[in-house]
Amino acid sequence: MTSSAAVVTLDHVSKRYGPAGTPPAVSDLSLTIPAGEIVVLVGPSGCGKTTTMKMINRLIEPTTGRITIDGEDVMRLPAVELRRRIGYVIQQVGLFPHLTVAENVAVVPRLLRWPETRVRDRVEELLDLVRLDPATYRDRYPSALSGGERQRVGVARALAADPPLMLMDEPFGAVDPILRDRLQNEFLRLQAQVRKTIVFVTHDVDEAIKMADRIAILQRGGILAQYDTPDAILAEPASEFVSRFVGADRGLKRLSLGRVRDLALTSPTTARVGEARADVRRRLDEAGAEYALLLDESDKPIGWIERRDLSGDDGVTPDDATPGSPTLQPESTLRDALSAMLGSSVQLGVVVDEAERVLGVVSVDAISEVLRAPAATVR
Amino acid sequence: MTEGEPLFRLDWVLQHLDMLWQRIGEHILVTVIAVAAGFVISFGLALAVRRYPFIYGPILAISGILYAIPSIALFVLFIPITGLSLLTAEIALVSYTLVILVRNMVTGLRGVPPEVIEAARGMGYTDRQRLWRVELPIAMPIIVAGLRIATVTTIGLVTIATLIGMGGLGYLIVNIGVQRRFPTATITGVVIVVLLSTAVDLGLQLLQRRLTPWARAHEA
Repeated sequence: MTSSAAVVTLDHVSKRYGPAGTPPAVSDLSLTIPAGEIVVLVGPSGCGKTTTMKMINRLIEPTTGRITIDGEDVMRLPAVELRRRIGYVIQQVGLFPHLTVAENVAVVPRLLRWPETRVRDRVEELLDLVRLDPATYRDRYPSALSGGERQRVGVARALAADPPLMLMDEPFGAVDPILRDRLQNEFLRLQAQVRKTIVFVTHDVDEAIKMADRIAILQRGGILAQYDTPDAILAEPASEFVSRFVGADRGLKRLSLGRVRDLALTSPTTARVGEARADVRRRLDEAGAEYALLLDESDKPIGWIERRDLSGDDGVTPDDATPGSPTLQPESTLRDALSAMLGSSVQLGVVVDEAERVLGVVSVDAISEVLRAPAATVR
Repeated sequence: MTEGEPLFRLDWVLQHLDMLWQRIGEHILVTVIAVAAGFVISFGLALAVRRYPFIYGPILAISGILYAIPSIALFVLFIPITGLSLLTAEIALVSYTLVILVRNMVTGLRGVPPEVIEAARGMGYTDRQRLWRVELPIAMPIIVAGLRIATVTTIGLVTIATLIGMGGLGYLIVNIGVQRRFPTATITGVVIVVLLSTAVDLGLQLLQRRLTPWARAHEA
């Protein structure tokens, strides 16, 4: 799909709802939102995050300051023209109940007077993109859709005219946690394809960490507390407020950003079923290790064997191994890896590939090493 | 009732079919003019309320008072000004439709979910496009419900307009039936009024279903 992404800048933007002298909702906010990134505005209620977002498409107009999209001042354009160029997704979705799924998706292209054949093709393309079978869903009314399907249609509708910028106001806030997780993953996959500039509002720190390329943390009165990558914010909160807002478990949250594949794996001492115990003992001595990893014929891990269980001269049997050592995939988050390892007797995680063959092991130490490393500035 | 006159004489009805059709025609015409005029005025008022919500209270109060005035009184009130004319009848009939139509239109427009309005604004509908393409279609079932009540009420009220010489089915019921003590005419008139009301009500209901297939999906 062809698409471009826009750079958005906020230049000393303030919004005051009351007369001069009343406390502002947004105070002197300056931000640059790079093209093709997801920037999450997050903060407690009353921090002005939604106000900030709505000033970009002029649903709310700033009191002072300047907002530009690709260098163009948003106040220069007629508001409706501006909005047709910006995708907009809200928490309650707001599908038009009297229009079918296809007609909902076609709203902005029709406002822009696209030829009908182009509109139809675009609707099909978008329904495919959000994984709703066009033949099944095209002619349904929103009342016949589930919450997750409605949200997908909402995203397709926002993408319809291929806008370089999307605004999303708590888009996954009204669905249950399991569905939210799935929609988030789907959206990230979609974004990897379309590469739009996205301004995403949420009050949920975990969602912000998961979705963001950059996070802008706002505090009451619309004051920017910190603007950086999730990793940098978790590693070095800029203030007491940010530190409290991201939570005492920010170390663990940081781990959820890393993947097992990012770690250097070590090769364990291995043993095979049927091999002489003396040979395994010798290898353990050479490596100075206490445990050997028992593998079956196809290199799949069976479990760990402790040195003191290797007396005698018989062959090694699967019963010698302590089962239940966690296996991890390269895609597992470090947070999940740590959690699995802490729950097992041998605090090593066995990393396996898709065929369950052993790639190596990781230790708890290797993970805590990550937390001591300085933050990456770009994820 | 005249001595020996039966309650209902089918032969009279069959002999006067032409006259009956004429009365039905008059009745429908007076009704359609009243409802159409009431609809246009109410629509204007409802749009004004959409823009200036504070005028809704006064509008409801005034149309409520009009509704409370007995129809005969309203006719009499206007005869000195507009005479025994269609205009006199319509002024009264139209003023009765207002309270029903305005209330349903405003309720329908206000019933459009706020997130739908926000989505429409955010996607770049102009105010007028939003009204015609989003708010009115969504308000349609409630507006048509009001139209049904107003029309059925008006069909009933037109019967009384015969008192100021407007003919219609009221002429059968009152002028022929009651004044000449001929019950066949009264019964015929009443039956036709009831049938007409029911048919129009049913027709409007079908029209509404046809116009709002999405609302049916919602009921299911």
